[in-house]
Amino acid sequence: MKDTYLGLVNGPLKQVAKTLGLPQPVELQRFDSTPESYRKKPVLVLGAGADAQKLADLLLENGFEVRRHSTAGESLRAIIAVLDDVLTPTDLSETVLGIGSALRSLAKCGRVITISTAPDAANQSPEQAAVTQGITGLTRSLAHEMRAGSTANGILLDGVDMHAPSVATALWFLLSGKSAYVSGQFVTVSSQEGNPTSMEAFLSTGAAGPLAGRTAVVTGAARGIGAAIARNLARDGAQLIGVDMPQAGQALAEVMNEVGGRTLQLDITAETAAEKIAEAVGGKVDILVHNAGITRDKMLANMDASRWDSVIAVNIAAQARINAHLSDKGLFADGSQVVSLASTSGIAGNRGQTNYATSKAGVIGLTAASAGDFAHRGGTINAVAPGFIETDMTAKMPALTRQVARRLSSLQQGGQPVDVAETIGFLASAGARGINGTTLRVCGQNMVGA
Amino acid sequence: MSTPNQRAVILGGNRIPFARSNKQYAKASNLDMLTSALDGLVARYGLAGENIGEVAGGAVLKHSKDFNLTREAVLGSALAPTTPAFDLGQACATGLEAVVSLNNKINAGQIESGIASGVDSASDAPIVVSDSMREILLELSRAKTLPQRAKIAAQIRPAHLAPQAPSTAEPRTGLSMGEHQAITTAKWQITREAQDELALASHRNLAAAWDEGFFDDLSTPYLGVSRDTNLRPDSTPESMAKLSPVFGKKLSTPATMTAGNSTPLTDGASSVLLGSEDWAEAHGYTPLARLVDAEAAAVDFVDGAEGLLMAPAYAVPRLLARNGLTFDDFDVFEIHEAFASTVLCHMAAWESEEFCREKAGLDKALGSIDRAKLNPLGSSLAAGHPFAATGGRIIASTAKHLKLTGKKRSLVSICAAGGQGLTAIVEAV
Repeated sequence: MKDTYLGLVNGPLKQVAKTLGLPQPVELQRFDSTPESYRKKPVLVLGAGADAQKLADLLLENGFEVRRHSTAGESLRAIIAVLDDVLTPTDLSETVLGIGSALRSLAKCGRVITISTAPDAANQSPEQAAVTQGITGLTRSLAHEMRAGSTANGILLDGVDMHAPSVATALWFLLSGKSAYVSGQFVTVSSQEGNPTSMEAFLSTGAAGPLAGRTAVVTGAARGIGAAIARNLARDGAQLIGVDMPQAGQALAEVMNEVGGRTLQLDITAETAAEKIAEAVGGKVDILVHNAGITRDKMLANMDASRWDSVIAVNIAAQARINAHLSDKGLFADGSQVVSLASTSGIAGNRGQTNYATSKAGVIGLTAASAGDFAHRGGTINAVAPGFIETDMTAKMPALTRQVARRLSSLQQGGQPVDVAETIGFLASAGARGINGTTLRVCGQNMVGA
Repeated sequence: MSTPNQRAVILGGNRIPFARSNKQYAKASNLDMLTSALDGLVARYGLAGENIGEVAGGAVLKHSKDFNLTREAVLGSALAPTTPAFDLGQACATGLEAVVSLNNKINAGQIESGIASGVDSASDAPIVVSDSMREILLELSRAKTLPQRAKIAAQIRPAHLAPQAPSTAEPRTGLSMGEHQAITTAKWQITREAQDELALASHRNLAAAWDEGFFDDLSTPYLGVSRDTNLRPDSTPESMAKLSPVFGKKLSTPATMTAGNSTPLTDGASSVLLGSEDWAEAHGYTPLARLVDAEAAAVDFVDGAEGLLMAPAYAVPRLLARNGLTFDDFDVFEIHEAFASTVLCHMAAWESEEFCREKAGLDKALGSIDRAKLNPLGSSLAAGHPFAATGGRIIASTAKHLKLTGKKRSLVSICAAGGQGLTAIVEAV
């Protein structure tokens, strides 16, 4: 659905909005397959330790212009602060204030990225833990202070060093337009797994794309976010199998013919759903995106069994069963990567959505608890929690509620289905195999559930 | 030419759910429906942008503008625009003849893959002007001067303007198909109860097949329809018995054919994917079954020597004889239900010593068919009968049924206008 306000404040009412101090969201810079569009302006790398230099070298290898000190008047694509070697809270000062003094030079839709040790990483002294936890507060607050489509996110190192392949992949994700609607979030890298991926390879499409040669199954692919996921994974090189309810077959066929994929008309709550999916793949399942979901909103006092049970059945029980069956029967390929759709409602809760929030919080739990099983096969399972995304579902909201919901994020606008799809493509890629069991929000740093 | 691995196999199918005419698909054209049936098949098998050896199809009720209907549907579909196509027609046997034709081409090594299709709309049917009006209009187009034109145009009378809607009447007898069948029904003394019972079984079987998801990979919804709309799973012997007869009311015998035991006018489209074994393997498709032989027959119904829809009764004995088979060798009998009594007349003929000796040239009766093996997935009485789409529905369904159940052989029989019939043997692979 079109965000008319966004169009107006970037057009005829630009000056009015500025004068009145109204929210001024900008059109976000989204995916572009040419790395040049992200390398036009230099990246400032801050940090006193050796890891900062390692990061600067990585960026140089990938064709970026790198600055180690900001130059007055020079516009920056990104500011990256490497803080993994800071041991006491008082040592944060120099680098953090360095970010601050460079912020005004940050280009429109620019990026601030912090790289630090994960707060729950092992063997941290209390003081160190204060630093690592402190950096999350810093990054989240910075995200709130971002303007003009810029974002602030963090990469957390959980038992890995800067050379873990997924650190680079996470960096390309965050630096590119693929993360346009991700802000105030952390990507946790917890293993050395993953194919080393260059920025160029990460942004390639088709046969050279990061998912080339792989088969991806997407449930709920007939419309909305599911169709966007199918299109994106196909763009990134995957062969698609789109799954949806038999009743949605006509729309599903259109999407699959558009991306050269295949349809599987299937009720995912069926006992044999896992077998049917494996049969359609014609072997072991590699990429599986659990996107199918429904809402049946009611206050709990008015909730009937069919509303509660159907939401639980479709949104969480079905994927739990499918994962278990595929795993038990050895039908997940080595290195298989699963991405599930959670929701910010599952994190923050939402009035009228006890059933939906239960199911979506359930997805987060299921994902975290399944990480070990997937790691055994060299694979991963992660979740993506969308916030306010412009879909048929949100188009049905009352107009005023919708306007308020849009402006409630740091980016002051709703996300697009493609934003969710980009994050899923990233988490399903071989370069992201060091990221496992996590839930990544795609919400523009929505105030809800922060 | 053809090597063993180039044998044709049936790989799957797709149809849009069939809808009673003038309902959900009232505004859909043959081209729209056929394109949708093809697109659903293309999507199920990941064939977007691919070249298929040949696509064959047709419609019984066809506009003259649709002279290249199947090719136009291919161009409108997700298939590669370089996929050739041709139209063909054999009345209600069109869909089956499309399968037979492409099957033979694959077996001959001429093509590696094919899509057999068929479509019919009784809603968006061609309407033509009367012959006398047509003659005046043609004269008008030949006239050179204004006075000539004025003179010819003055001949047009209001009666000339009445359009002629298509009908299922036989051009040579003027009788509708139902009236023809009523005569045959009376001749074979088929009872109302037997017809109603067969119709009920059709609804029961088709409903069960939909309920268990049998059609999940054989159909794709269209315009919001996700099940055959003619299906009445809650029909009972009592509700069937209440219906008034619609055909044979002028005969001396009691009229037995009702709207319940006759097929309604229906809109729909179907398609069947065929390929050589090599082609199937290269694409990762699992063959469902293969069509091993087919036999057509025609009867002289014009002077009343035989019933209009009795041709399959002659085709089947010849088909079985050529393949050295008897009814005992079949696990499934898919006999198209133009009318319940058509199926019952065929079966009565095969059970009749007299018919089989004197008319079919056998030395004894062909035998009877176990009702449990008859139309196990329901047939046209329940699904409806969009003429040219019925063959594709039956072939795809019975091929999948054989694969799913491990059964070995199915006999397919379809009667057609003009006193024709087409029959085929489908075997498990």
